Amino acid sequence: MGSNSGLRPWFSIDVFVGDGRARARLSPTGRTLLDDDVKAETVDVFTTPFLTGTANGAILLMAALGLTLTFGQMGVINMAHGEFLMVGAYVAYLTQQVTGATGFSIVVALPMAFIFAGLLGLLLEITVIQWMYERPLDTLLATVGVALVLQQLAQDVFGAQGDPVVAPTWLGGRISVFGYEWPHRQLFTIVLALGALGALSAVLKYTGFGRRIRATVQNRQLAETLGVSTRNVDRITFFLGSGLAGLGGVAISLISGTNPTLGTAYIIPAFLVVVVGGVGQLKGTLIAAWVVGVVTAFLTDWISGSMAQVLTFALVVIFLVMRPQGLFTARTRSLA
Amino acid sequence: MRNRRALRIAAPLLASFALVASACGSDGDTSSSASDAVEDTETTDGTEVPAGAEAASGDICLEGDVVELGFLNSTSGGMAISEQTVRDSLILGAEEINAAGGIFGKQIEFIEEDGQSEPTVFAEKINKLLTEDEVAAVFGGWTSASRKAMLPVVEGAKGLLFYPVQYEGLEASENIYYTGATTNQQIIPAMDFLASEGVETLFLAGSDYVFPRTANKIIKQYAAVLGIEIVGEEYVPLDSDDWTTQVAKIAEAQPDFVFNTINGSSNVGFIKAYDEAGLSADNSPIISVSIAEEEAPAMGVDLTGQYASWNYFQSVDSPENTTFIEAFQAKYGDRPTSDPMEAAYTSLYLYKNMVEKAESFCVDAINEVADGVSFAAPEGLVTINGENNHIAKTSLIGQINADNQFDIVFSSEGPIQPDPFLEGYDWWDPTAG
Repeated sequence: MGSNSGLRPWFSIDVFVGDGRARARLSPTGRTLLDDDVKAETVDVFTTPFLTGTANGAILLMAALGLTLTFGQMGVINMAHGEFLMVGAYVAYLTQQVTGATGFSIVVALPMAFIFAGLLGLLLEITVIQWMYERPLDTLLATVGVALVLQQLAQDVFGAQGDPVVAPTWLGGRISVFGYEWPHRQLFTIVLALGALGALSAVLKYTGFGRRIRATVQNRQLAETLGVSTRNVDRITFFLGSGLAGLGGVAISLISGTNPTLGTAYIIPAFLVVVVGGVGQLKGTLIAAWVVGVVTAFLTDWISGSMAQVLTFALVVIFLVMRPQGLFTARTRSLA
Repeated sequence: MRNRRALRIAAPLLASFALVASACGSDGDTSSSASDAVEDTETTDGTEVPAGAEAASGDICLEGDVVELGFLNSTSGGMAISEQTVRDSLILGAEEINAAGGIFGKQIEFIEEDGQSEPTVFAEKINKLLTEDEVAAVFGGWTSASRKAMLPVVEGAKGLLFYPVQYEGLEASENIYYTGATTNQQIIPAMDFLASEGVETLFLAGSDYVFPRTANKIIKQYAAVLGIEIVGEEYVPLDSDDWTTQVAKIAEAQPDFVFNTINGSSNVGFIKAYDEAGLSADNSPIISVSIAEEEAPAMGVDLTGQYASWNYFQSVDSPENTTFIEAFQAKYGDRPTSDPMEAAYTSLYLYKNMVEKAESFCVDAINEVADGVSFAAPEGLVTINGENNHIAKTSLIGQINADNQFDIVFSSEGPIQPDPFLEGYDWWDPTAG
């Protein structure tokens, strides 16, 4: 029927009509309906999935960054990491209750979420995880339990129905990129993720504390003999990793608001991203998150959302079979 | 050292998790696994005691001055927020009926059970209610998976279940009364409304499970009859909140209307992405079948002007509804009333009227007289159709206003007879894709 039906061309010419939307035809109730003939403006088949996929990759990166520390550096399989994302989202909601839906509530929420989720992570490390460092499978089971407890707690406190987090007006606009009206929120997510990644790698590379983390990862016994308090390093690393999840939660709250089970949708993809990137490798995590985000977006565009998830996961599994160490490998001097 | 060991364990674990998770999400087959579990409980239990049928003496199947009813709703787990509202209105109905003299002269005593948002738990609990507590009837259930899990149990025990939620149809049981809408009372009227609006292109967005898949199958076949072109169809797993890619497709397809069969918290992600993409009621209206008075304010986005198709809105203007809302808010405070709550409240009164017409609590006697039993419900007059145990109800289309209430813009001409198998619609081909 319309110019949009049937097979889409691989490339099309972008036609910009006024504000990007042409209208015609009135419905009986007086609403304007779009007319097929003026729907000439189309976005080429690459721009939309590429940009939305990049933004989704940024969300994945935010969810996975903390894991590169706790899982990648410390080897702890923390299944409650998704719940720290959820905690971050609720901090964003609570901040908004206090400050009102003003432009800066999100900016205030970011450090609050980092600290609050970080402290919760520290509590988890001290109460549960420190006793299980040599038993990764037990940690996995214990933290699944912690995740369920946190979900039920959130449900009892806030109710099972999600609460809204309103994006500030400066995130509500869009910029036109090759014909695609790109929401500012997606751009903000990318900036936030890259900022967090940059800050984390700077901490690891240039600070004394970062050196101690790397020393502990490379050879725990040797670091201890040199006077590094590995116990403290573990605690602070866990605080940082959980805090980063809190930041990710704020970013996610802008997509879906809050709900008690918000973290469950992100925990598996986040682990996959870390494993695909090469455990403990920041650049690997960055590339893996971006690739998974973009591939999922393209598959979603070509087939359906559900099938895209299945195919992405299948591709990840195939990749891991062929390259179990991930994109990049850590060079350590440990014997195992 | 730790790194390697953790990785060796984690990689295959994650891989299998991922496959299982994605496989579950891809198909609405939760109900089949749930009913497998039901069969297990049945065979281990083995008891097929009818709900007090032979146990009680006399020919009304009930001794004593009280009638025990089971209220089976999830008060924990993900569905709790929705199902608790149903429980609240059931308790309100029971108190009202008791104050007015009870059912057939017997006071209601209700036994509450928590379905825990798990279909298998629903199956266990309804088995307990019917065979151990020997309640006269059970009220509750919400998801299709919970209903499918309870169906073989309630049929095996020859009990009665009243199910209060709109659903995908294609089911009828002698032991279940469906007081929510079936598809020809919600989906098809919504399509008629769209056709009357002059809609020519429609985009379908839904969660990936049985209700949206079935609803969209009906929508596509009816759209062909109405001359409406389907310009896109997108599904996202129930637990996924990310709709950005799909919404970009909607923005590009520029349909006249979007038909939304998304359920649960996934709606928030959809509506937010929709808003982000610059789409709103002004340039791209949506009609939804699972956004009601309670959900609308939880979106974090102004939904004014968007549509929903239900059989009851809090804004329905009738003396029965005024009484219902006043009684509800007097008991529970200033909370909104919604379609499933009203359908649950109505189901209790329908049961009362059926028992009093049959002058018996026996399931067979009730089924015999069920046809034509009616109740002046808050939504309007509803009447039981004895052939399929659904009820005739009026279809309404509402438009969300600034107070998150619905202005009714379209109504069917009186109650629509339920047709769960769409036998009266010659365009319907259940075998077609």
